[in-house]
Amino acid sequence: MSKNGPIALLFNALVIAFMLAPLVIVCVVAFTPGNTLAIPTTEFSLRWFRAVFAHSDFVQSFRNSLWLASISATLATVLAVPAGLAIARHTFPGRDFLNGLFLSPLIIPHLVLGVALLRTFSLIGATGSFFWLALAHVVIITPYVLRLVLASVEGSDRSAEQAALSLGASQATVFTRVTLPMILPGVTGGWLLAFINSFDEVTMSIFVTAPSTVTLPVRMYMYATESIDPLMAAVSALMVALTAVAMLVLDRIYGLDKILVGHK
Amino acid sequence: MSSVAVAATPPAPAAASRTPWLLSAPAFTLFACLLLVPLALTAVLSFQVFDHATGVKNSFTLAHYAAVLTDDYYHGIFWRTLWISALTTLICVLVGAPEAYVLSRMRSPWRSILLLVVLAPLLVSVVVRAFGWSMLLGPEGVVNQAMRAVGLPSMRILYTEAAVVIALVHVMLPFMVIPVWTSLQKLDPGVEDAALSLQASHFTTLRRIIFPQVLPGILSGSLIVFGLSASAFAIPGLLGGRRLKMVATVVYDEYLHELNWPLGAAIALTLLLANLAIMLSYNRVLERSYKKSLG
Repeated sequence: MSKNGPIALLFNALVIAFMLAPLVIVCVVAFTPGNTLAIPTTEFSLRWFRAVFAHSDFVQSFRNSLWLASISATLATVLAVPAGLAIARHTFPGRDFLNGLFLSPLIIPHLVLGVALLRTFSLIGATGSFFWLALAHVVIITPYVLRLVLASVEGSDRSAEQAALSLGASQATVFTRVTLPMILPGVTGGWLLAFINSFDEVTMSIFVTAPSTVTLPVRMYMYATESIDPLMAAVSALMVALTAVAMLVLDRIYGLDKILVGHK
Repeated sequence: MSSVAVAATPPAPAAASRTPWLLSAPAFTLFACLLLVPLALTAVLSFQVFDHATGVKNSFTLAHYAAVLTDDYYHGIFWRTLWISALTTLICVLVGAPEAYVLSRMRSPWRSILLLVVLAPLLVSVVVRAFGWSMLLGPEGVVNQAMRAVGLPSMRILYTEAAVVIALVHVMLPFMVIPVWTSLQKLDPGVEDAALSLQASHFTTLRRIIFPQVLPGILSGSLIVFGLSASAFAIPGLLGGRRLKMVATVVYDEYLHELNWPLGAAIALTLLLANLAIMLSYNRVLERSYKKSLG
């Protein structure tokens, strides 16, 4: 393998620094003992982390986001697994249409979805409903599960299923004992990716959340437009830490490079 | 879940064509109710008359689209969104493509570790990243402190277009690195070695051998980056301040401050259509030039 020259390595170091800079700064500033956004130099303090947990709005929004992401990621998985099996295993009229439809939330701006869902929810009187908010999240995160399910189904060995069927297993047994275990890494990886995307979503949610259902990113967005103090840095640092944990789990289950770059 | 049709027991043709639809029926129902219907409702809404005193009326008008297409205020917003997205895309190509190439030439552990470092910010909420940039670029931020330390005058970066572009590049760069990296993985290293052994300079090899092969990756990356930048909301909202509006933040204002939903819907749909038109024509022009370059 040819090696990179010094200019290439310097360039690489600059890009890495650029990518990490905003994340590092929030984590460092979160430990400031002062009242302003400053980099702590001599003293470090946990007071802003304590302040986050004392701030009931943030705690409530965090709880909302956690529930919302868990429920919508689970629902998205329940919908995407059969749909993925249908698309990957069958050729039928409307297959390309369904595939395109289920992946379209990746292309349609979340802004447009937010506007469209706000109109729909206000017409059916569903504004402020946690249930409908969760369904809205299911729509935008289903593509992430579907892509991984499609990849796992296409990469799985069909002859194992055929063997089970020819040995007299019912189709339900084949699914739970053969198909599902084979595609399980893709399904769990997809669930986690969906969870993260639901948890982080702000553009659509800001249109369709009500004060009682405000999610953490929306709360943070609104807080940051009004006031800027180290509390925001502490919340951000907690989110960076949480994402790091989720990434480690994701890496163990499915392989982070496979999820981010795609399968080969 | 009982109907995973497999070849061993071929079901009747009618049942075979029903099975995949039954499997996708739940997802399809949801997408019909919460994607297709809402988009249609919004399209209708964008033609409805709006009155500041009484709200949305059941009569129809083209006034909202006329306002979007003729008013200088909206022209300015769309033009700013366009050039900011185009500039972001250009910088992402100039930084992301070489970065993917440099990463692909790294040695084994570093290669995957650094790739993850570049891509991982993708999983952190965009609000957190925007907030991080506001601390770096603010008047008392790290960048200005560093500039003062070396004797340069401090600059106003936060709440300018520059801050929006910097943060957008940070958010979008992974979307450029991923497709370029994928096309680099498909590249046969033997071809590069052959060019070098035939006395091609390193630059010629890059330009004539590597670049044409990663071009599809760069192109699909720029489509994603442009589309996402043009509809970005949190970045211009937090780093552009109150005055520096982009299309998404204007739609937000129309919906939640002015309460003029029909106008907001018209702006949002214009964005969607403009985005699709630009992406499709870009795709077509590039496909043509790509075919030409391949002969």
